Amino acid sequence: MIGEAAVRAGCRFYAGYPITPQNELAEYTASAMARLEDGTFIQAESEIAAINMLIGASMAGARVMTSSSGPGISLKQEGISFLAAMELPAVIVNTMRGGPGLGNIAPAQGDYFQATRGGGHGDYRTIVLAPASGQELAGLTRKAFEYADEYKTPVFILGDGMMGQMMEPVEFPEPIDPRSLPPKPWILDGAKGRPSRIIKSLLLDTSVEEDHNWKLTRKYERITREIARADTYMTTDARLVVTAYGTAARIAKGAIKRARELGLKVGLFRPVTLWPFPKRALVEMSRQVKDFLVFEMSTGQMLEDVKLSLEGRSNVHFYGRPGGIISTPDEIAKVINTLYHRQHLNED
Amino acid sequence: MTSKTIFSGFGGQGVLMMGYVLAVAAMRDGKEVTYLPTYGAEVRGGTANCTVSISDEEIFSPVASSPDYGVIMNMPSLVKYESTIKKGGAIILNSSLIDTDPARDDIDVVKIPANDIAKKLGSDRTINMIMLGAFVAKTQVTTLDSIMNGLTEIVKGKKASIMKLNRKGLDRGAEYVSKGAGK
Repeated sequence: MIGEAAVRAGCRFYAGYPITPQNELAEYTASAMARLEDGTFIQAESEIAAINMLIGASMAGARVMTSSSGPGISLKQEGISFLAAMELPAVIVNTMRGGPGLGNIAPAQGDYFQATRGGGHGDYRTIVLAPASGQELAGLTRKAFEYADEYKTPVFILGDGMMGQMMEPVEFPEPIDPRSLPPKPWILDGAKGRPSRIIKSLLLDTSVEEDHNWKLTRKYERITREIARADTYMTTDARLVVTAYGTAARIAKGAIKRARELGLKVGLFRPVTLWPFPKRALVEMSRQVKDFLVFEMSTGQMLEDVKLSLEGRSNVHFYGRPGGIISTPDEIAKVINTLYHRQHLNED
Repeated sequence: MTSKTIFSGFGGQGVLMMGYVLAVAAMRDGKEVTYLPTYGAEVRGGTANCTVSISDEEIFSPVASSPDYGVIMNMPSLVKYESTIKKGGAIILNSSLIDTDPARDDIDVVKIPANDIAKKLGSDRTINMIMLGAFVAKTQVTTLDSIMNGLTEIVKGKKASIMKLNRKGLDRGAEYVSKGAGK
């Protein structure tokens, strides 16, 4: 799905190295690029090579993408830091699996910190988008390329093994021709007849580096203002709001439907952008909701952003299943039910 | 109304294909569908299974911890999934490769000698379509025509003779169930 959506978004350069559970994406993209006159697909010799190929192709002006899973994303972090430093657009897909280390190939959400905190070295941020369905995957892939170009920054699509391998009916947006995209006045495409341009990340002069750091920070502040987004489900009268993203949010939604059938006033707050975290919307909700249950397929990472956003305004509870375990909606419904009564939310 | 089905067997038996064809057929019927394959690092000869959820409403979790139906292609799959099938559900099993009877008495069991039927049709590669035909006849979650359209959409460009063979497989599997055999 991402492969098709990427090509339709005008992506013409993909480089990657195989890893489960995201090979479906690379396989599809290989055939999709081969069908295009101007498409390039490279199975690189390593993850590190792949991300550096993206740096080159992005400098030359192409819409570029790579994909991997946790262990491979760790290897790419140096390149991602360079992309951020040199303000180069790129889309990076992480299909999370159980970890740390080699872990396993089952769906997990343990790479939240790595994605939202920058992951590589230095003072930078990456935009992180978290789709929860096939349809949203298609839409957010288009958005990822738009954000990358608009803000000249690497953008993560953070999915998991379930999103990576599941199939669902999807309607794709109309394809765009990359030649119809606005020209990028900063790319390195030959300096004949114009002054040369330099793109680099080595800034030995400390005051120049400081200026660059503040410039990036202002950009990140603008991104935070402009694109933070969350989706909600049945929150209007909710006394307990489950906060979850991606596959966990999907499972939570099933649980909430069950809890509602029992008369519990429960809703869902689902961040669509993990960075920037949709803090304002969450704070707004805390005026009405005094109990939040964070549910993650990890030991608790987004939990920290929820707490940082709410700054003690509401109670924050947590339920996590790391390691590649996929909870059932019934299991989460039980957790909701227990918590709801323990917090006396059933009383008027 | 949501139904969840697990298809399970050896890699190479066409297990994932069965589920994929069902998913496409149900999608063209206008249903909400998810298709979730699971396979180990190995492929041919290893274990393979997939879960297909079909519903009139939004599907939340594509995983089935207690599926309504199991299409079971070999013995290890029966051992693994027999206890998980929902009470009142059904197992459609390949009795050519499974000679043990399931112990459950709260589910329907339909036995299809798929390998033997396939041999008579002249191609082992129809095993999955025979089982799928039987599954559709038993559960009515879609129609054989929808399945055939789904298959045509997926394998477009295949020879007419192969498609005919697949159709025969579907029909034989369905007939086996509707005749009341397989009990």
